[in-house]
Amino acid sequence: MALNWFKYSSPQTFYPLAGRLIPVFAVLAAVLGAVGLYIGFFVAPTDFQQGEAYRIIFIHVPAAWMSMFIYLVMAGWAAFGLILNTRLSSMMATALAPTGALMTFLALWTGSLWGKPMWGTWWAWDARMTSELILLFLYIGFMALQASIDDPRRADKAGAILALVGAVNVPIIYFSVKWWNTLHQGSSISFGRSPSMASTMLLGMLVMALAYWMYCIAAALMRVRSIILERERNAQWVRDLKGAPA
Amino acid sequence: MNWGSLDAFLGMGGYAVYVWGSYVASAVAIAAEVILLRRRHRTLQAQIGRSSRNPESLT
Repeated sequence: MALNWFKYSSPQTFYPLAGRLIPVFAVLAAVLGAVGLYIGFFVAPTDFQQGEAYRIIFIHVPAAWMSMFIYLVMAGWAAFGLILNTRLSSMMATALAPTGALMTFLALWTGSLWGKPMWGTWWAWDARMTSELILLFLYIGFMALQASIDDPRRADKAGAILALVGAVNVPIIYFSVKWWNTLHQGSSISFGRSPSMASTMLLGMLVMALAYWMYCIAAALMRVRSIILERERNAQWVRDLKGAPA
Repeated sequence: MNWGSLDAFLGMGGYAVYVWGSYVASAVAIAAEVILLRRRHRTLQAQIGRSSRNPESLT
């Protein structure tokens, strides 16, 4: 098995590969999303405490998970780019940030709409909510910092430092419901303990989480292709794409 | 099946504003991201297509 792991580490070879992968992840996201929504609305029963309001969980938890996961992946790519000086790694970090910010926003938005009927308030300075809001500011700060530096390579380095320093916030979000006993409930599922929710509810949530995951990969790949074109537009291989790149 | 009628489904047991407010906002946000990503890529392709025919226009 003489696999060349570095074959796809250059923008030139990754660009067409990403183009072929996008439809795969997009279709997976659509199919899983359809199945997940069907389970969420038609199979999972009404909650005995929260009535139908709990159905927000099927999009709230996946968005919240992705907001944290994308940040860690983004920081990981940024670190790779910083240490190994690989262009594509930094481009991946840059491509993930807007989708991560969107997921963070959706987690906060759906959480607010869930909190109002259940807790009686749209917002509280609870540990989980505050740290998630800080995550949104970290994403926005990362994007703003990169946008403010003209030289892309310097922008990559500055962004990487910010992303790595900010990564400390992710475990704070994750464990906030354990460390501080404030408004947000504890996690319904965790490692080493059976889930504290009905199995069809759990299934719907997990399928939706997979759908969101696939969507985020597709969106990040779409964005990284544009970033590659923007940064490499003077390279001969981009010109050879002939206006209708594959 | 949880819902006896379409009205019951849309009503969400009195939580329609919260449930649909969450779902519609998420759908709109995701659709907007996809549209913006496609537009960005198409614009770039068009620019690069023009400049490869006329290299002087590329800076």
